[in-house]
Amino acid sequence: MTESTPPIDDGDLHAFVDGQLGPARLPAVLAHLRTHPEQAVRAAEWHAQRCALRQWHRTQEPGPTPQAMTAAVLRRRRRGPAPWARAAAAVALLAVGVALGHFWPGVAGPAGQPLAPAPAFVGDAALAYAVYTPETRHPVEVSGSEQDHLVQWLSRRLGRPLHAPSLQDHGFRLLGGRLLPGAPAPRAQFMYEDGRGRRATLYVAVFADGAAPGGTAFRSVRKAGSESFYWIEDGYGYALSADLPTAELQALAREVYGQLYPAR
Amino acid sequence: MGVEQILSHVPALRRYARLLTGNAAQADDLVQDTLERACAKWSLWRPGTALRAWLMTLMHNLYLNQARDWRLDDGHASLEQTDEPSHEPLARAPEMIDLQRAVARLPPALRTVLLLVSVEQYTYAEAAGILGVPIGTVMSRLHRARESMRAMMGPQGVESPRPALELVKK
Repeated sequence: MTESTPPIDDGDLHAFVDGQLGPARLPAVLAHLRTHPEQAVRAAEWHAQRCALRQWHRTQEPGPTPQAMTAAVLRRRRRGPAPWARAAAAVALLAVGVALGHFWPGVAGPAGQPLAPAPAFVGDAALAYAVYTPETRHPVEVSGSEQDHLVQWLSRRLGRPLHAPSLQDHGFRLLGGRLLPGAPAPRAQFMYEDGRGRRATLYVAVFADGAAPGGTAFRSVRKAGSESFYWIEDGYGYALSADLPTAELQALAREVYGQLYPAR
Repeated sequence: MGVEQILSHVPALRRYARLLTGNAAQADDLVQDTLERACAKWSLWRPGTALRAWLMTLMHNLYLNQARDWRLDDGHASLEQTDEPSHEPLARAPEMIDLQRAVARLPPALRTVLLLVSVEQYTYAEAAGILGVPIGTVMSRLHRARESMRAMMGPQGVESPRPALELVKK
């Protein structure tokens, strides 16, 4: 071994195949592969294996989570410290606000005051619900199986941290999400589906400082084909839309709010 | 957020476990065991650290223990013993069957490294952390896994005339 640079070893070739090679080492590895065709063939075959394994993995469709798995986790949850405890007050208020169809958590006008029309983003949310939930092949852009990536991506595009609440307790799993147009920032839509194929969407808009529609309200509006529970909090606008019985959608909204704002 | 956040990882665990065990029912048994273990040890998980990697650690511990205890009863082991050429009727994608058979014939310790790195795209250091072995062990297992796969698959599967080691020394 008379080379002046550190010799290329198998570890370098694996790192090359796996995209884990440091940029400083890359030119030397490429030069090595050019002058050692048999090693280039070997690296190419490793790479082909990697691609084939990933392809095989992508075609796995395990289907809905078995009840036994959900139950195993939820049993533990009931024993553990309930995040519910902290959210209990908010939940109670929410239920009352929803039942009365009125402002919530009570900072807005007196009972009987005519309700202001829903902010524009709620109409956008209902429209996006109507457009994307009937899709069978492409309901979402990024699948819920890549939840971390999905949430990071949408957070980056909206410019504020987002969360995709888990609605598993209510039988809804996260199908995924997509980016939608909006101003001043794009909007995000998370889509959920239950075992019967019923779908719900959580639409999130972000507003510039001081530009959020007035009032911290929790309200619902029903349009043809769907109902939306919506509220505005911390410069975010949320709309949970579905074609479900009101009580069920309300319970979902309660869960979403409880997870997003557990301390309130 | 409490223990229920585990549920969002279940589909990914199930998909991965199918490659690991080569069998859907066994995969779901493994995931079920992993979830039970995760719930029992939930207080040990540190919030802020990667939950998926922690679940993967539990799953691999269970899997490797089972593979050791049940080696003779394991579906992979029986495949290992079959030497006859592929006899699946109407194989849909021949190259894919070959890949699955090759993976199935790998010893579990090699299979786990290969899948963690190739499929889940963990870094070598992360894979070492999940498996609780030094990074050098990950690298040597990865190398043996890929070379075994190469030997089992494809027309170039025959041993190359010159061992790889010599090429590096040259």
